[in-house]
Amino acid sequence: MSILIDASTTFIVQGITGREAVNLTRECLDYGEGAKVVGGVTPGRLGREVHGVPVFDTVAQAVAHHGAPIYGSVVTVPPAFTKDAVFEAIENGIKLIVIVTERIPRRDVAEMVELATLRGARIIGPNCLGVIVPDVVKMGGIGGPARNAAQAYTPGPIGVISRSGGMTTEMSSTLSAAGLGQSTAVSIGGDAIIGSSYAELMPQFEADEQTRGIVIYTEPGGRMEAELARWVTDNNSRLPIVAFMAGRFMDEMPGMSFGHAGTIVEGIQDTATEKIARLAQAGIAVAERIEDIPEMIRTKIAERAGATEGSPA
Amino acid sequence: MRFFEYEAREVVKRAGIPVTDYGFTTDPAEAREIAQRIGGPTVIKSQVLTGGRMKAGGVKFADTPEQAEEYARDILALEIGGHMPRGVLVDPKAEVAQEYYAGVVWDGTRKQPVMIFSPVGGIDIEQVAEEQPDKVGRRHFSNILPLSDFQAKEVIASTGVTGSALNKLVPIVTRLAKLFVENDMTLVEINPLGLLPDGSFVALDAHMDIENEARGRHKKLLTDLGVGDEETRQAREATPFELAGERVDATDHRGVAGNVTEFDGNLGLVIGAGGGSLTLFDAVRAHGGKPANYCEIGGNPSVAKACGLAKLVLQKPGVDKIAVMMSIVSNTRVDIVARGVIKACIELGMDPAEKIAIFRIPGAWEEEGFKILEKYGVDYADRSVSLNEAARRAVEKIEPHPPVAA
Repeated sequence: MSILIDASTTFIVQGITGREAVNLTRECLDYGEGAKVVGGVTPGRLGREVHGVPVFDTVAQAVAHHGAPIYGSVVTVPPAFTKDAVFEAIENGIKLIVIVTERIPRRDVAEMVELATLRGARIIGPNCLGVIVPDVVKMGGIGGPARNAAQAYTPGPIGVISRSGGMTTEMSSTLSAAGLGQSTAVSIGGDAIIGSSYAELMPQFEADEQTRGIVIYTEPGGRMEAELARWVTDNNSRLPIVAFMAGRFMDEMPGMSFGHAGTIVEGIQDTATEKIARLAQAGIAVAERIEDIPEMIRTKIAERAGATEGSPA
Repeated sequence: MRFFEYEAREVVKRAGIPVTDYGFTTDPAEAREIAQRIGGPTVIKSQVLTGGRMKAGGVKFADTPEQAEEYARDILALEIGGHMPRGVLVDPKAEVAQEYYAGVVWDGTRKQPVMIFSPVGGIDIEQVAEEQPDKVGRRHFSNILPLSDFQAKEVIASTGVTGSALNKLVPIVTRLAKLFVENDMTLVEINPLGLLPDGSFVALDAHMDIENEARGRHKKLLTDLGVGDEETRQAREATPFELAGERVDATDHRGVAGNVTEFDGNLGLVIGAGGGSLTLFDAVRAHGGKPANYCEIGGNPSVAKACGLAKLVLQKPGVDKIAVMMSIVSNTRVDIVARGVIKACIELGMDPAEKIAIFRIPGAWEEEGFKILEKYGVDYADRSVSLNEAARRAVEKIEPHPPVAA
């Protein structure tokens, strides 16, 4: 199986007539079994089509046209309009919202996330590339054009969660080359406040039978790794985790942010060194190099399997 | 972006929180006038965006206006932590019965702002939290439900404060929380918040950061405070090389080829994207390489932009070679970056095969890109070569700098 989405997931693209959104729509339609992109929304563009997908002025029109609830939305509107677009999606019953847009002030993100929580919806991102279930479906620009995505992602037992969109593909490609496919790969976004953190996705992976191990990409800034470490310890997770920590050089440069907005080191707990220690305490192995990840996660999965078989039922 | 104390105090004042009758100036003579107006002893405080002012001699107590002028002159000439002061603040030396702390920050895990209050102020709140945890109150508040006085009342009361102090503090903390939200701050602090002998409260220092992404919607406030659009107030001032990088990125709106940070090594880096740049920079250093710069490319920049960035790095004094490396690209086109960096070498009269230590960008349009690289004899690698291995190969090709003659 997979988490978050599968072949039957319906979704819309908000901001569908933008240049990047047109490409993204094509990519999603072409990939795997073909995504069910049931509509697009751009105010003032009712009646148009993007790669055969009907365009509406409002999310409500898209839902009415579909004739049934729509599960997801990929939001690719400019930062000043993102909050309104996400509110519109949530208030029209959308349950999974992937926000691609970058540079959204965190107050807006926090408002969106709180409304989503109240309504039982989930946000992935902002500043992310979305979700991919290898060979089945992708929601967002993750992996790029279908042909490129197929080169990097293969089906298998590893759940991938990454604060960097590009590194989601780099790590998955490395896993694939080593014969370790992915159950689902999620680009969660690089901002200081995001809709779904590692710890908030863990219960889904934990419940997914296909997933046998987790690989995460992480960087300095924020407390998300501490939250994951706590979750793993508190819930006695069945899933071994291997983490890769980029941006170790930033420890020498407090107050500066590199790569993503969320990487700024504001306190000692935000540093790479501190995070590595915290992850290690929770039994999460931290890889020095990406090419070491496949062997590390394979070994950890084998250890768990051995321990389970060896212990009395 | 961090505000200077004099700016932060103005924001606090505008929010309806009592402040002292301070004055800001860049002129020692005017400091005397302000001290005269205030009457009585004053505090002269350096306006710098760095901590440790007191230790560095950037805060002095003056008994007379003449002394205020003298201290202002000293402080205006005093560099603190590599920064020259923007000016001085002349503040009445308040008789304080007790120092309190009030602040608001984001909690990224809970995804809500959190009010922090303590009756132990004047020192670092982290220190209080460690030594007297029962004296620090915290309370999250909703992003979408109305903010109301009772929330501030709860956090203040949780630290044992009651009586008229409680009732006077509630509106201050509520206004601070409102100010935080309405101005897209990422941090606001009043420390110390002074209790005066007459039982009233006054903000004696303020600390504030506004979110960079939200600056566009606070133009009026920033204009009023005299903060220019170009003022970024990074932890370190941008170097001319970094500013040139910004100009390259601004040449057109397509993609990113910038975010340049200067270092003093000999290996020029043309790397991307966000996470890829972090990974590659670490990898170069892990192999003993000395990066000349950090940068980011991504989002499918034009040939001109990739070329501009490569030229900038190639021309940086002390750069022997450049390494062009990215994590697997899906949006950015390999052939466009290849064209850009080769064009940069040729236009500078350099041999691409010699100057480009390695080109490791796999992904979209890689066949086309690799063909071009082959034509010019550039050493390239596909996805079977890891980021780490590519970095190692680049470092290996760099001649170690001969020792500098004394």
